[in-house]
Amino acid sequence: MSLHFVEFELNGCQIDGMVEARRTLLDFLRCDVGCTGPHAGCEHGVCGACTVLVEGQAVRSCLMLAVQANGKTVETVEGLSGGPKELHPIQQLFREEFALQCGFCTPGFLMTLVALDRSEPRPNAAEMREALSGHLCRCTGYQGVLRVIDRLTEDRK
Amino acid sequence: MKPFALDHAASPDAALAALGKGATAIAGGTNLIDLMKLQIATPERLVSIRRTGLDRIAPDGDGLRIGALVTNADCAADPRVRQDWPLLSQAILAGASPQLRNRATTGGNLCQRTRCGYFYDTTQACNKREAGSGCAARDGFNRIHAVLGTSDACIATYPGDMAVALLALDAVVLTQGPYGPRQIPLAMFHREPGDDPTRDNVLQPGELITAVRLPAPTGGRQIYRKVRDRASYAFALVSVAVDLTMEEGRIARCALAFGSLGTVPWRDPAVEEVLIGQEPSPALFARAAEVLLHHARGFGANDFKIPLAARALAATLAQATKV
Repeated sequence: MSLHFVEFELNGCQIDGMVEARRTLLDFLRCDVGCTGPHAGCEHGVCGACTVLVEGQAVRSCLMLAVQANGKTVETVEGLSGGPKELHPIQQLFREEFALQCGFCTPGFLMTLVALDRSEPRPNAAEMREALSGHLCRCTGYQGVLRVIDRLTEDRK
Repeated sequence: MKPFALDHAASPDAALAALGKGATAIAGGTNLIDLMKLQIATPERLVSIRRTGLDRIAPDGDGLRIGALVTNADCAADPRVRQDWPLLSQAILAGASPQLRNRATTGGNLCQRTRCGYFYDTTQACNKREAGSGCAARDGFNRIHAVLGTSDACIATYPGDMAVALLALDAVVLTQGPYGPRQIPLAMFHREPGDDPTRDNVLQPGELITAVRLPAPTGGRQIYRKVRDRASYAFALVSVAVDLTMEEGRIARCALAFGSLGTVPWRDPAVEEVLIGQEPSPALFARAAEVLLHHARGFGANDFKIPLAARALAATLAQATKV
């Protein structure tokens, strides 16, 4: 068995651990760190529920090895708001627009939208919709998410 | 996933040394990790090549050299690519999802494996996964399968988009290996299955893709048209890449490549010869489709791809030749 030391910045905190090479970043976050915001959906890179930000870019944590995150910056849904009673502005929009039903896919949607909203130049509504094609919602609650995009891009119309 | 050993290569030479000892290269891992989870790929030793410095896009004479580790997202967004080789940018953005494109690399994309359902199902016969086990797709669910370049052993498509654009753009794959550097034209990179479908491409053991070179821009009109079951985030049923120049109402120059139609990214010079020097017309486009699909053969559920390819070709050519 090949064990590797990994350390990276997770939501602003430095974390480390010993992992097997075959440990995915998703399993490391959920099972070893206890950071269960990224969800294990299809585990084949299709559904988007496991999406996290690595170096600010939205990626599938189920198709990435934990060792590949060594030395990087990782963000999950847990790091979006300032505290347990607060919501990130995009989370607030999800709440106001009822942009979720069961919520299983929501952390993935949020991480992709947060990355897009930070990027320069800021994408327009069509580009945001395209980026969300990588997220599947079994409740088919897409209309609320599209209303969130409309509100996020209101100033860019 | 089966356990495996992992090393990080800090240079192309270090990567080559590891490959020479039987390691498998991992870059973005978006295809390989999935194959390893399903135990279709079971490497005992991986070498990560992400820190080999092969992640730059640089001018190369009048052309462009795209490092093997450049991500699909970075390649598609590169201002030079968007300006002079828009076909490549369009094709990349038509494939996968943004989250995958942020990880997937240029070299890895070229080496991605088929999405044939029987290849992925280890309880089924598949000559590509296990030589000599048979092909469950021929008489099975073969709606997504190839109609050109098939063999008795295999009818799986090469599924990607990027390579189709690179083929139309006359790109060259640059490699390093135990026998020195090689320059492999894209048209010679992927292998038709023949009687050995296990090898998708001509890379030798121990050989590493270092870059893809684009020749000087043609200045032609470039269009990537992808027909699929839904508007985004799906593999192609048929795709058409065209780079075409009109002069005085006639097609002066034309490069055409097709995706998900053949077992490899498909280009047929005879199709281009039909078109060059001619005035565009529906009859001409139909003649080109006849030449392209003359040897096409469906296997039942994928018969529709033959007329679909003819229509996709006609629509793409109509758009590319419109004044």
